Amino acid sequence: MTSTGRPALVEVTGVEKRFGTTRALRGVDLSIGAGQCLGLVGRNGAGKSTLVSILSGLSEPDAGTVRFDGAPAPRVGDIQRWREWIATVFQHSMIVPHLSVAENVFLGASPHGATPGLVSWAAMRRRTRDIMREWGFDIAPQTPCRELSVEQLQVVEIVRALARGARCVLLDEPTAALERQAVVRLFDRVRQLTEAGVAVLYISHHLEEVFEICQDVAVLRDGELVLAAPTASLGKDDLVAAMVGEVRTPAPPTSVAITEAGTPGTPHDTPSPGESATAASVSTSANTPPGDVVLAVDGLTSDSARGRLSGVSLRVRAGEVVGVTGLLSAGVATLARVVAGAEASTGGVVTLRGRRVPPGRRAAAQRAGIGYIPEDRRAEGFVAQLGVAENITMTITRQLADRLGVLRPRARAAAAAPLASALSLVSSGPGQPVGELSGGNQQKVTVARTLAHHPSLIVAITPTRGVDVASKELLLRSLADVAEESGAGVLLCTDELSDLVICDRVVVFVRGEVFTEFSRPPFDRDELIRATEGLTNPAEGANPAEEAAQ
Amino acid sequence: MISNQAPAATATAAPDGPAGAVVSRLRGMNVNVLREAALLPVLILLIIVGTVVSPAFLTVSNFAGIGQQSSALGVVVVGESLILLIGGMDLSLESTFGLAPMVAAWLIVPVAAYGNGADLSPYLGIVVLLAVGAAVGLVNGLLIVKGRLNGFIVTLGMTIVLAGLQNGIVKAQSLFNLPTAFGYLGAASIGQLPVSLIVAAVIFILTGLFLRYHAAGRAIYAVGGNPAAARAAGIKVERVKIGVYVVGSVLAAIGGLMEAGRVSAVTGQQGYGEGIIFSVFAAAVIGGVSLKGGRGNMVGAASGVILLGIVSDILDLAQVSNYWIEAIDGAVILFALFLARIVGGESTAEER
Repeated sequence: MTSTGRPALVEVTGVEKRFGTTRALRGVDLSIGAGQCLGLVGRNGAGKSTLVSILSGLSEPDAGTVRFDGAPAPRVGDIQRWREWIATVFQHSMIVPHLSVAENVFLGASPHGATPGLVSWAAMRRRTRDIMREWGFDIAPQTPCRELSVEQLQVVEIVRALARGARCVLLDEPTAALERQAVVRLFDRVRQLTEAGVAVLYISHHLEEVFEICQDVAVLRDGELVLAAPTASLGKDDLVAAMVGEVRTPAPPTSVAITEAGTPGTPHDTPSPGESATAASVSTSANTPPGDVVLAVDGLTSDSARGRLSGVSLRVRAGEVVGVTGLLSAGVATLARVVAGAEASTGGVVTLRGRRVPPGRRAAAQRAGIGYIPEDRRAEGFVAQLGVAENITMTITRQLADRLGVLRPRARAAAAAPLASALSLVSSGPGQPVGELSGGNQQKVTVARTLAHHPSLIVAITPTRGVDVASKELLLRSLADVAEESGAGVLLCTDELSDLVICDRVVVFVRGEVFTEFSRPPFDRDELIRATEGLTNPAEGANPAEEAAQ
Repeated sequence: MISNQAPAATATAAPDGPAGAVVSRLRGMNVNVLREAALLPVLILLIIVGTVVSPAFLTVSNFAGIGQQSSALGVVVVGESLILLIGGMDLSLESTFGLAPMVAAWLIVPVAAYGNGADLSPYLGIVVLLAVGAAVGLVNGLLIVKGRLNGFIVTLGMTIVLAGLQNGIVKAQSLFNLPTAFGYLGAASIGQLPVSLIVAAVIFILTGLFLRYHAAGRAIYAVGGNPAAARAAGIKVERVKIGVYVVGSVLAAIGGLMEAGRVSAVTGQQGYGEGIIFSVFAAAVIGGVSLKGGRGNMVGAASGVILLGIVSDILDLAQVSNYWIEAIDGAVILFALFLARIVGGESTAEER
């Protein structure tokens, strides 16, 4: 891909990696030149994470080579030398919260003064300050990292990469936890890096981001590099086609299929997701006539660290999907967590079908009929070492157990199977630990766990975060279908505007208050963005929420 | 509802064919079997060593002896394993192991034998013993779960308080001449088989089945593996945790009853004075119960107990000098731990 005659800065040739029966990477060739920003896209499980781990020097390929500037890469595990070439900013922050910015920047490589072995704090702070200044960042080196925002933590990680003199920076899903303004600033930083001759490998699920800042893009599918081309020569559809393969229906293999080396691609005979979802949810309790208020929230207040709420009231009717969106600390996630009983409020009432839900008690809220898809699936969504079926049925153990509380693994697997297939969950079987699954499949487990107990209200927080395009559509569709078929209400709290397509109404929060409401789809993206920023909307005219507040 | 969905389950397995399902199942089983049998080579090695060391080793009476000596410890290990599984730890089990039988015996034996004069029937005494265990566990559980105090510190403090009570109520005397009914569990035998061994085995098996097949048992793994996820799935995390602390302490009290029967006395040294908590943790951890919670099972815990029992028996038979016995004991434990880790491996899935 490099047009110059020089060897590429990073060159990967014929890289193979197996995990048991799964071939995660099959002969991948990739090269990145100095000053180039290469986008790497692919669906969940396509091999992106494996490639990241090989490029970061954390795992060794079974075959193939990694070369830096024409010379063989350092030994795998020799992280210090590896970092001089490539530094990775991982999806999950690798920052020690109780240490200062400077200590985190020089983690494991503290500069020493005259005496080797003794840390020179002065040198560490000075060098951190210098790099910050050089690149136009302004975070004081002494600040403890626990006081920083997600965006600032990412800056610290980028500075760490630069401090080691890395000539290539690998950004793994860098925008997943950022709000829109922060994304714009990140892009400026990436351009700054490439202009200074640093190579950037940019991994993302958001194709529009790839088109915005990457000169070239590479697509992985089932461990193979299926496309590598300049972004200017491609359309968004071309990329999606390359990621999904020839079969355009977003129906990946069924739940218990093992990814065999011999069967790449997608089986053609799988039931369509819509059909299976119907089968899974026919028996739901649809005793609320459509249109009745399922959820009533009145005057909710909270001073949660995730975002304050100051007197929020809203309604969700049966069969209705209500979207709630806003900036990162606008209180959207707080509202969801309070309604789901995952955290207490300081005031206000949550009523489900006319009955008051006791605040701050998740188990009671679930018994009342509130399903909860938490924001951070790793933290709250599943138990990593337990099996797929056990995780999915965790919300319904009481129903599956007999009178003595005895629970048969087979009954668990049987109850989990229809949900797993409705969501096209890929695992090696009902007993496979969820920790071994890819991110998208883990999210499907979390969603299945919620659908399993037939809630009359589903509270979902950013249910599609870090999930590939096809799975995203499928997860959203399944929520919309449940609402339509079982009459459940859905409270979809998200900052991904593209999630809002399934909503009947969208409520926008600004600083813990209902700012405005969009009552008719389709929702205009620009208007939504204006509203989240707190700008009044000329198109909607009079604003009922604002009038009520005065 | 379940019966309706059963056919769908087979349908999802179908596209991959039965062969795939069988393969994946075998793979899963192999891993489990390997992990659970990780101590088997060590146990076989120890039995060979024992046979070489003394002709008295490979005899029914010797093994009955090992069983009787280990069963009290074993019951406490079951309790500690449950607490470790929910991601907690309880140092005070060793003091409960001494205090519960001491309180019971104190209420049973006459004043002349340093009792308090209540002259309780031995059966009521056993009820008191269980109640003492439950009370200690409840206090620990409430302090740790509701009071949000650190489990290590709470139970460390509790250990010392309980041991002090154990000596305080009887002015540091030992209580002998326990009624037969009170000592039955620890002293009696059916044929060559000690009753304590039978009871301990039943407790291990029932707990193992409970953990595998009971809704509450599965909740223990969920709570220990990821408390936040368990809470989000509607499991009453606090209730499960407190319940496990109570059960753990009750098991420690039962272990104490066995020990009192075996030595036909309750001494001030029983439990805390002997420092049995070290062996309890060693057995559980050697047996693969994770100190981080959510991982481990009763097969492992039982093999840990058996291993410790055989080691101390061999050291006895080899007439190792008392001065050296602890050093060798400790070294064997470290070695077993190391070997079990190599053979059993540790899945890195949770760290990724």
